[in-house]
Amino acid sequence: MTATLATGSGSGSPAHDDRPARNRRSSGGRAPHRRGGRQVIPHIILAAFIVYFALPFWWLIVASTKSQQTLFDGKTSALWFSGDFDLFSNIGALFTYSGGLYAHWLGNSFLYAIAGGVGATVLSVLAGYGFSMYGFRGRRLFFAVVLGSVMVPATVLVIPLFVMMSGAHLTNTIWAIILPSMLNPFAVYLMKVYTDEAIPPEMVDAARVDGAGEVRIFARVALPLMRPAVVTVLLLSVVGTWNNFFLPLVMFSNPQLFPVTVGLGALQSQAQVNTGGQSLWNLVITGALISIIPLIVSFLTLQRYWQGGLSIGSVK
Amino acid sequence: MTESAVATRRPREPRATRRRGDIVSLRRARWGWAFTAPFAVFLLLFLLIPLVYAFVMSLQNTTLAGGTSWVGLANYAKAFTDPLFLDGVWRVMLFAIVMIPAQMIVALVAALLIDALTTRFAKISRLLIFVPYAVPVVIGALMWGFLYSPSFGPAQELFGAFGLQAPNFFSDQNVFGSLVNIVTWQWAGYYMIIMYAALQGVDPSIYEAARVDGANAWQVALRIKIPMIASSLLLVLVFALIGTLQFFNEPQMLRGMASGSITSNYTPNIYAYTVAFSYHQFNYASAIAFALGLVIFVGSYAFMFATRKRSGLMK
Repeated sequence: MTATLATGSGSGSPAHDDRPARNRRSSGGRAPHRRGGRQVIPHIILAAFIVYFALPFWWLIVASTKSQQTLFDGKTSALWFSGDFDLFSNIGALFTYSGGLYAHWLGNSFLYAIAGGVGATVLSVLAGYGFSMYGFRGRRLFFAVVLGSVMVPATVLVIPLFVMMSGAHLTNTIWAIILPSMLNPFAVYLMKVYTDEAIPPEMVDAARVDGAGEVRIFARVALPLMRPAVVTVLLLSVVGTWNNFFLPLVMFSNPQLFPVTVGLGALQSQAQVNTGGQSLWNLVITGALISIIPLIVSFLTLQRYWQGGLSIGSVK
Repeated sequence: MTESAVATRRPREPRATRRRGDIVSLRRARWGWAFTAPFAVFLLLFLLIPLVYAFVMSLQNTTLAGGTSWVGLANYAKAFTDPLFLDGVWRVMLFAIVMIPAQMIVALVAALLIDALTTRFAKISRLLIFVPYAVPVVIGALMWGFLYSPSFGPAQELFGAFGLQAPNFFSDQNVFGSLVNIVTWQWAGYYMIIMYAALQGVDPSIYEAARVDGANAWQVALRIKIPMIASSLLLVLVFALIGTLQFFNEPQMLRGMASGSITSNYTPNIYAYTVAFSYHQFNYASAIAFALGLVIFVGSYAFMFATRKRSGLMK
């Protein structure tokens, strides 16, 4: 995990020594020292943390099994299930609401995240490889611009992007979110640093001597070596686009195009205004629950990739 | 093990530079541009041009009658005397002072505990504390909005168990703390992972040495572990600072529920959004966003420069 990807000196330690260090640690003489009563208090503190961090999820799961009458009647505890189990009727109501709008939102989120994420990954893998492998005129300046642009806050870009996109008649089209999401300077930086570490120059030179062309070297020699970083960058870019709120909020006025973040935001404010019936809250709650499942599942199953990616982040 | 290895890990110079001038390197240079060109196009179209365009817009004014005219720095002068803008700037600074330490302390305590405990429970905690990061910020704010809700949230129940009256989380005084809590919940796990990765990289023989000298676990954590991961702490601080100054999603999401307490100028970003998309004053909004962006850029760059020896961020 971290050992495959972390590079540089930020943590004060070379990543490739990480795994042995950990092994040494767990098999070392330290562990027996720590057993016993002194560990009770740390475990209690950790348990308190878990309660705090899990509370919203627990509430959401419980609340999504309640009909809106049960939600508001005040008879059942907000943190425990009522007698009735209405999760499936809530899901049914959610997916039929306004002609299946929620399914559209979910589909849009997938489309934007995957298109934007794949695009960003392709661009940054190529660029990172180019920066690492070739010395060309303007390389230093270009790379300095890339580093600087990591620090440009998204906000500064949203307003001009909106004006430019609306000038090009691209607002309220999927391109308004997919194209800007394909730009990820931080991913270029990660790929460059990783390529510097992962690809021995002798190997590339040997391939050249054997008569392989540059494209062939990239595809057959370099790309397989870069795979762990490619997966991390893909994951981080997909998640970044999935979570984006400000850009789609600005670009879309047609609810059919909303990703699930903006859609739920709109549904929530509608539920807020609907003072009479309180009729939408169970939809907002169930919708929130369903929308977080894909990312949580992928984060838990792809642990070893994102942990590697985050520790590259910790380096620079 | 650490120092020597660090030195060898600097990115090497591309080998083509060694042979600059001959035909081979010329051909290689063209390949360098070929690989970076697609990214360069996107960088130009979706970052550099919008940036310049935002700056140009901020120097202009557009009126229905008079069209577009150059006004120099008038929009900036207006921004820095606009009480609504300054109010928001002041508020995000206050948020930075309260929110960043809150997140970092929670993250550091969790990271130190999980690093020190090698039990399965610690491993599970690491995952559970991190999970909020996998939730979109907007949905996280939405979930806490539910929990804060006086009509169907659990607050009254929880406070009632201690014989207390639940506070109104959306009141003018309390909404600040409510937002700090949401952000801490959302980001502490991410920062914990960064700190934990750094802690895992520290050579454990250093702890052994301290232990032999009679240091207890508390002293090891305070005197050795925290200084050893100072660079990660600084990095987290920069991340958190940049994020806090751009504060937008959470307060924007709570605005519906906390009607009145979160005004249209609650943070500079919300103000810029309102000015642009509710009042359609794109020029003034650009000036606000650009001024804020400049503060963030210069601030974070200066901070990284000032701490470069400790952090190794700018080598």
